[in-house]
Amino acid sequence: MKLKVIGIIAILLVVVGASCQSDDQIEFKRYYSGGSLVYQQHCQNCHGDKGQGLSALIPPLTDSIYLKNNKRKLACFIKNGLKGKITVAGRSFDDQMQPDDIAPLEIAKVLTYVTNSFGNNMGTVTLQQVQDDLNNCQ
Amino acid sequence: MRKLWIGIVILMLFNACKSNTKTALPILGYKTPVTKTVNGKTVTDTEYATIPPFEFVNQYADTITQKNLDGKIYVADFFFTTCPSICPVMHRNMLNVYKEFKNDDNFRIISHTIDPKYDTVPVLKRYADKLGIAGNTWWLLHGEKGDTYKIAKSYLQSVSEKNPKGEYIHDGFFILIDKQKRLRGTYEGTDPAEVTKLIADIKTLKAEPDQIAAK
Repeated sequence: MKLKVIGIIAILLVVVGASCQSDDQIEFKRYYSGGSLVYQQHCQNCHGDKGQGLSALIPPLTDSIYLKNNKRKLACFIKNGLKGKITVAGRSFDDQMQPDDIAPLEIAKVLTYVTNSFGNNMGTVTLQQVQDDLNNCQ
Repeated sequence: MRKLWIGIVILMLFNACKSNTKTALPILGYKTPVTKTVNGKTVTDTEYATIPPFEFVNQYADTITQKNLDGKIYVADFFFTTCPSICPVMHRNMLNVYKEFKNDDNFRIISHTIDPKYDTVPVLKRYADKLGIAGNTWWLLHGEKGDTYKIAKSYLQSVSEKNPKGEYIHDGFFILIDKQKRLRGTYEGTDPAEVTKLIADIKTLKAEPDQIAAK
């Protein structure tokens, strides 16, 4: 009987603990898991399931410094595509990425996924931030 | 009853021990019975579909015909360098095939471009360099659109002109061809597991007696 009570209390504690995640954490998880689907549909063929890219043709998504330095431009890269020479992970790339006109919310999700996968750790990219960035595309 | 169970268990163990190693790959494509007269006797033989003669140009601007593939096992696919959808993943997987067999002079990979207008020889060379392939193991072939589309049918592949959205639609298969230019396997080039099977099948094919004998 005692054991049962202890067991029930333990389970309750775990449940309460799990549901006590902050709103931010829940939002992050929602964006991240949704983003992984967007990634599979729109990005994975070229950039690879591990963000590894393809030789000197397609840049990897594993260069955290590049992603940090271009943080406010990433949404525009997805929406408008990318042309011209860039240096990623110490290698130069100058092929073209096609524009992909997906919804700002999808951009926010996929950027949350990319910037927190493949060894990157940059936190949530919110819809608000994406909308601000898209208004400032060059 | 107990004896029966023991019997069943033993039977199952025997079945589990049966080796599944394949010794020969199937021969694909249309078959036609051919009746010949050999030494006064009428013999009916099966003739398998083969890849017809062709002439294309590779990334080094060398002319490549079926003769360049005599005595070689090869894998063929269809692609174009600006393909935004399935080609990168196909060639990421094909790189594994390339790495496995690049020192084997009796093996080749040929990738036909279905967009010869854009994918000129210099564009193909640049793509090859960036992909990280060198030497003569993997040829990127340029040719008249009609010729490429026609030979695609021999490989059981469907390729077509740009659709109204400006996209090329094409199959993403890798086709395995033996030294007699017969079709021996088709593999979904976008699926890493299928490509792993292709590599295993190439090894199986290389070990077949009539492949070892063929020159």
